[in-house]
Amino acid sequence: MLSVRGLSAHYGRAHILDDVGFEVPAGQVVVLLGRNGAGKSTTLKAVMGMVRPTAGQVLLEGRDLVGREAYQIARAGLGYVPEERRIFAELTVRENLSVGRRPPVPGLRPWDEARLYGLFPALGAMQDRPGGRMSGGEQQMLSIARTLMGNPRLLLLDEPSEGLAPVVVQRMAQAVRQLKAEGLSILLAEQNLYFAHAVADRAVIIEQGRIRWEGGMVELLNDESTYQQYLSL
Amino acid sequence: MENLLLQGLNGLASASSLFLVASGLTVIFGVTRIVNFAHGSLYMLGAYLAFSIVAHLPRGHLGFWGGIVLAALAVGAIGALLEVLLLRRIYRAPELFQLLATFGVVLVVQDVALLVWGAQDLLGPRAPGLRGSVELLGLRFPLYELVLIGIGPVVLGLLLLLFKRTRWGTLVRAATQDREMVGALGVNQRWLFTSVFFLGSALAGLAGALQLPRESVNLHMDLATITEVFVVVVVGGLGSLPGAALAALLIGELHAFGILVFPKITLVLVFLVMAVVLVIRPRGLFGRAQVAQAAVASVAEPVLGRAPPALKWLGFAALLVAVVAPPFLAGDYALIVLTDMAIAVLFAASLHFIMGPGGMASFGHAAYFGIGAYGAALLTKWFAAPMLPALLAAPFCAGVAGVLFGFFCVRLSGVYSAMLTLAFAQIAWSVAFQWVEITGGDNGVLGVWPDPWATKLNFYWLALGCSVVGTLALRRIALSPFGYALRAQRDNTLRAEAIGINAFGMRWVAFVLAAGFAGVAGGLFAFAKGSVFPTALDIPRSVDALLMVLLGGVQTLAGPVLGALAFTGLHEQLVRATDYWRLVLGAVILLLVLAFPQGLAGAVRRWWEGRRHA
Repeated sequence: MLSVRGLSAHYGRAHILDDVGFEVPAGQVVVLLGRNGAGKSTTLKAVMGMVRPTAGQVLLEGRDLVGREAYQIARAGLGYVPEERRIFAELTVRENLSVGRRPPVPGLRPWDEARLYGLFPALGAMQDRPGGRMSGGEQQMLSIARTLMGNPRLLLLDEPSEGLAPVVVQRMAQAVRQLKAEGLSILLAEQNLYFAHAVADRAVIIEQGRIRWEGGMVELLNDESTYQQYLSL
Repeated sequence: MENLLLQGLNGLASASSLFLVASGLTVIFGVTRIVNFAHGSLYMLGAYLAFSIVAHLPRGHLGFWGGIVLAALAVGAIGALLEVLLLRRIYRAPELFQLLATFGVVLVVQDVALLVWGAQDLLGPRAPGLRGSVELLGLRFPLYELVLIGIGPVVLGLLLLLFKRTRWGTLVRAATQDREMVGALGVNQRWLFTSVFFLGSALAGLAGALQLPRESVNLHMDLATITEVFVVVVVGGLGSLPGAALAALLIGELHAFGILVFPKITLVLVFLVMAVVLVIRPRGLFGRAQVAQAAVASVAEPVLGRAPPALKWLGFAALLVAVVAPPFLAGDYALIVLTDMAIAVLFAASLHFIMGPGGMASFGHAAYFGIGAYGAALLTKWFAAPMLPALLAAPFCAGVAGVLFGFFCVRLSGVYSAMLTLAFAQIAWSVAFQWVEITGGDNGVLGVWPDPWATKLNFYWLALGCSVVGTLALRRIALSPFGYALRAQRDNTLRAEAIGINAFGMRWVAFVLAAGFAGVAGGLFAFAKGSVFPTALDIPRSVDALLMVLLGGVQTLAGPVLGALAFTGLHEQLVRATDYWRLVLGAVILLLVLAFPQGLAGAVRRWWEGRRHA
């Protein structure tokens, strides 16, 4: 589905991604694990065209996306949910969703408000509430729902569990599993190993902008030394 | 009583057209964050185009109203073109550089209008069927004004519907808050921005076209309008449509009744209101805290530092030539130009000091220049003071004004602060213009001649000396612990305050210093010209100073010096060579902006670093 090859990026003169490469097979959830500042968010942004890569390829079903603008990449079928959620605070839930709306894609069951309220019932109860007056968890749901309105084929989820209460994290994991069950491919950036374990098929560990380890999620959980080396504090 | 009603209606009519222009500006600012100085020029173009289009259409309702609408659409198209060809390329450039670009457009449009329509005022046709007046409580009121009063609220209603009820409106409101995220959701921002520019410009064009039956079309409409509209937009709160409507109402009525009560104070009243509103509500009536636009203005500003030794020697050599060469130059003209340059350098350096290290843009720095000039001139005129004491008084007068005005300006940030400096400058200008008994009003203060010992050559040396000492003093301050603290609060006020820096105090002191040095330049200016007119502190002079600083580059200490020399030299040559110097100067500015979208200083720095890496 998505194939990232030799991706490098710089902030000014700082080398922030160095030869990053991994695959997201169709219908799977791949989690990008790493400590703070390891390059997880930057990888997602580089895939999305919001950080300009200095080298490498991002292939979506064989088509290279590097050099295109974010809106073109979104139209090509990538949906991006930012870490900071970036809800339009002065727009209502319904208006936020309408910003994300894109035409249906052949072969995918199109998303609409009703279907999203089914996925996140909490949102259905507050359709006219301004985004700025929602809790963190509600904003996270809205951010995901807003991106789904664009009918993406692959979802880039940046730390959806960050700052949420454990019970909300559980519900978020359920929603992600449901999306996966419907056939959506997902690339997830996470620090929360429990959340990752709950949803991911494969794991990719990134540290200082380089890929250090790649394998199945279960494999990682059984590999104490890798875990210790790259993920524990 | 009847008179009051009549004035009230007059106020409503001007409020209505003010709102039309202001709504366009505020919508454009909301999405693009560009403070479009050329908005007044679009308004003027609307009036001129309507004049020409209506003249070519058959007479009657269709001809007149069709002409108005066509003119508005044409101006909208011009605005869209402006966005595509110019502004789109510089959205990532520093804010002030975008401002510079729109200044360039103002200059170009002025001369294009002069070329196409000539210098004389044009009288447009009256609106067919609306030539008469109606009886209101026994008073006759022009019918057209009534129609105009109706158009404002109708447009407001349509705009609110457009923004609340359509997907386009939702997208625009979303982009106002976070344009990058809108892009990540698959919306082509380019198209969105261009359409917003079309709408905003068309509104300006419509307002201009609707003036046709009311007043003559002339070349001063652009700047006269833009200042007033800035006031409306800032008082209402940048980006807020209801705010703009309320502020337009306030300003329109204030004008109408101000004339009745205090004919003399009308010019200043508007700016007084803005000052009061901004002091009480720093973001205008309906303004909200600006959401940080993440990762949009991503150009890292270079750090202000000492020049490399090679450059220092070059500067020293140039200074030596400037001191030694003039006696051998033929003619007074060269001396006059050189004196102007020396004064311009100090003026620009003083503005640079608050803009660069201080991080505050001033749209009204001419106030301190002018107050210095008037201070020196009035001392000479009324107390027969000799030149040197008068020159010493100049920075004192300007400094006192800086203490007073600065106290209010430095509390605000960004565009609001810049607009408040403009308001104070306009207040100072009105005082100079209207307090005829003391300042001579439009006739200025004449006979401010230097002492006999100060021949043209000696005076040049004096000006050069003051300029060099002043500029070096400002450099020394910028590189002192005070300067570092000033820059710290500029880069992050919160963190600076957390380590014990009094940001407000720092900015205030910097403001006063800059005012004082501008005052020195102003005092020298008074004696160099032998007279002072209100133009010494009008908006074009503030704009000149801004142009000098921006051309040279905000983030280098040598920037204002080079910018002042380049600007004064270019200006002088152009004015001598062609009647259309604005066109050439504006075109040069636009070319520079397009060629170096990161600013001149940024471009030079990149070139320098690229060379070192190679």
